[in-house]
Amino acid sequence: MIKLNINNKVHEVEVPDDMPLLWVLRDILDIKGTKFGCGKGLCGACTVHLDGKAVRSCSLPVNAVNAQKIVTIEGLSEHGDHALQKAWSTVNVSQCGYCQPGQIMSAAALLSNNKKPTDNDIDTAMSGNICRCGTYVRIREAIKLAAKEV
Amino acid sequence: MNNIKQSRRNFIKSLGLASGALVIGMNTTTGLATVLNSKDINMLSPNIWITLYKNGETHLTAHRSEMGQGIRTSLVAILADEMEADLSRVVIKQATGDKKYGNQNTDGSRSIRNFGTILRTAGASVKELLIEAAAKTWNLPASECNADSHYVYHKGKNKKIFYGDLIDAAQGLTLPTEPKLKDKSEFKYIGTELDNLDNNLYVTGKAVYGIDATIEGMVYASIQRTPVIGGVLKSFDKTETMKFPGVIDVVEIKGTPGPALFNPLAGVAVIATNTWAAEQGKLRLKIVWEEGENSSHNSDSYKEKLFASVKKKGKAYREEGDTYSVLEANKNNTDKKTVEALYYLPYLAHAPLETPAALAWVQADKCEVWTSTQTPQRSRTLVAQELGFKEEQVTINVTFLGAAFGRKSKPDYVVEAAKLSKHLNKPVKVFWSREDEIKHGYYHSVSAQYHQASIDENNNVDAWLHRSDFPPIGATFNPAARGPGSGLSQGATTIPYDIKNIQVEAGDAKAHLRIGWLRSVYSVFHGFSTNCFMDELAHQRGIDPLQHQLELIGADRVLPFDESFEFNTARLKNVLKKAAKNAGWGKKLPKGHGMGLAVQYSFYSYIAQVVEVSVIDNKLKVHKINTCIDCGMVANLDAVNNQMEGAGMFGLSLAFFGEITAKDGKIEQSNFHDYQLLRMKDAPHIDVEVVTSDEPSTGVGEPAVPPLAPALLNAIFAATGKRIRELPLSKHGLV
Ligand code: FES
Ligand code: FES
Repeated sequence: MIKLNINNKVHEVEVPDDMPLLWVLRDILDIKGTKFGCGKGLCGACTVHLDGKAVRSCSLPVNAVNAQKIVTIEGLSEHGDHALQKAWSTVNVSQCGYCQPGQIMSAAALLSNNKKPTDNDIDTAMSGNICRCGTYVRIREAIKLAAKEV
Repeated sequence: MNNIKQSRRNFIKSLGLASGALVIGMNTTTGLATVLNSKDINMLSPNIWITLYKNGETHLTAHRSEMGQGIRTSLVAILADEMEADLSRVVIKQATGDKKYGNQNTDGSRSIRNFGTILRTAGASVKELLIEAAAKTWNLPASECNADSHYVYHKGKNKKIFYGDLIDAAQGLTLPTEPKLKDKSEFKYIGTELDNLDNNLYVTGKAVYGIDATIEGMVYASIQRTPVIGGVLKSFDKTETMKFPGVIDVVEIKGTPGPALFNPLAGVAVIATNTWAAEQGKLRLKIVWEEGENSSHNSDSYKEKLFASVKKKGKAYREEGDTYSVLEANKNNTDKKTVEALYYLPYLAHAPLETPAALAWVQADKCEVWTSTQTPQRSRTLVAQELGFKEEQVTINVTFLGAAFGRKSKPDYVVEAAKLSKHLNKPVKVFWSREDEIKHGYYHSVSAQYHQASIDENNNVDAWLHRSDFPPIGATFNPAARGPGSGLSQGATTIPYDIKNIQVEAGDAKAHLRIGWLRSVYSVFHGFSTNCFMDELAHQRGIDPLQHQLELIGADRVLPFDESFEFNTARLKNVLKKAAKNAGWGKKLPKGHGMGLAVQYSFYSYIAQVVEVSVIDNKLKVHKINTCIDCGMVANLDAVNNQMEGAGMFGLSLAFFGEITAKDGKIEQSNFHDYQLLRMKDAPHIDVEVVTSDEPSTGVGEPAVPPLAPALLNAIFAATGKRIRELPLSKHGLV
């Protein structure tokens, strides 16, 4: 039995030790805001926070989580009103929207360490997240907009 | 009832959304509708798009697939605008696959183009119905009433009545079949920068995609498919697979001989209690394939073959004047010049971030499917065929699509799910890993383009020869298909240039992979080579490329290529001039910088792009893209801007990295490390201008892809003097 603290709630799961956190979230716990894109740590669609740091859940065996707190897009804010979520809507960032939970989680980790990111900081922090629809310009804009509010 | 009235009524069979509701049939080709009486007084469902409830809640149906183009917002905004509905009271209902909606294939950049007027008519007729109902209630002529934001008003008076309160009064009225559409000046939503109505779902992770679909008791399937098209299974060993915890079963999927169509490929499916176990089980399969004749396919040698064939005379598809005589005569005339160039673009895979996914549940007499599909009706037909069901027994629920780009127009994965669910007697979700998606796609065709042109003694272009060779999409349906099909009409035979002698040809090319539509399809390589070659010609003539393009497009005129929409050269020149002006074309640039441009008519829209780059120490940086599009009347300006930005990135991505290769018939790439996509660090600023227009709406989702790569290469030439005629740039050490 593995104990996980996800969005401030404790879950107990019976899964193989090396099952990636992504699939524990999606298939075992039915928490599906975290997406699959590549399964190899290449696209960032599966990004969640582990003790506040952005990690790729597709490449993180569930037994490596231990007592660290997991936050997924569902737990980023109570009412979907994190400054980044609001900025994302204001700027109409999303096209298909599929990459956006991962983008927002990466951006949230960035803003929690760096209140005023430059374009360069943003490019560096966000280049692990692919948006196939190509919303990069708006992501940059939304992060800056949110940074003003935090 | 008088005859005229009778003829204007078009009773067609009930198309109800719920039994007992007031239902009005709608003829989707004309958008005309009529009332049928119903006794249900709690809601008004006057056509297949609109249901109004007593509390004012209004359900508007989006019948096209949402794959990132914001179509749900645009469709609903059109309905709401003409209906005078308050958008905040609107709930979007996604339609299942059903022929009653007309064409539901979300492709070809045609949602607004083909349905804009139908939806406007549907909305306007409901508004007129509600006005009529209010007028009846007040005992006033309808002409003294108007509607606004979910209310009908007595014009100029303080009297109003809520839409929800008009449901009773509307019973038995005839729905106007020829309602008056709004004048453009009256639009509230159409043409504005609307916020995407699904934003909240996207940013909270609540949007449900095919890959997220879940029902009680379902199992997960991962499939190892034949690595070579046409391959069949010889034998397999599942011992190790079955040992993996969570694996339930292993099922063989037989391939279908004959054309690829949308049939599942031959494969072995691993069924498990979760995706990961299914994937791990798949990796542990030991399979022996009978690979078949396509195992001789190698993209390297195929390229040489294409080059050889494209240099030879092909079959003519447009022939004006006598291009060959002009080119022949040039050989003996030193005052004239012949310019030639050969271009090559590789295969591409779609790589939507959400891989194909479908959940199917086949029961004794019905089947329900949840899937990200661009083609719900085709999915329905194929699933029904697979199961031996009637279409009515199959429901295709369309989820959000985590993008698609044409991949999800091919529902092989939907059929896989139905097949497995029938076999296992359980709901089955088919999962495609990224490796599956890259290795088992319907690829954008590889192509070679050969251009030749003649420049006469007065420095004018007097002959144009273009040959295009590529394995056609038609081969996916008929393996014997070799020629270009209608492919040349996408940017080859439809060039707008006013040149006396024009010859456009294509040769034969045999397909060895499943070839399929990818965003912009044939326009990609025709737009590429044509715009690159135009830049080479400008340079040979010693004329500014903008000047050269404008001159060759020539006088304002309507070109005769397609009757459904006018191709007006004035509009083409207009977007080109605007993009150039916005980019500051001609201004002095810093050392190592260069600007390039490209222009194209595609999906009936006019588009131009200007790219500014620098190449310093052999490192390319794209600084800015300026795009100008004229796509006629716009539904949602913000969605058009977003598509221009996104398609620009898509074009840049294919220019930088896009390349799929085959060795021994097998795709060599597998995931985003070897099939790279553009990332944030390479994403330039994009400025977009959308021409204000009252002309009919034309394509938006695709047109901005093709011109980007040639504009970029022309900019690289301006910066470096170096011509690149093959993509991707990653092969040239520039990125
Ligand atoms: S799915 Fe985890 S990085 Fe792509
Ligand atoms: S919005 Fe579609 S992948 Fe980013």
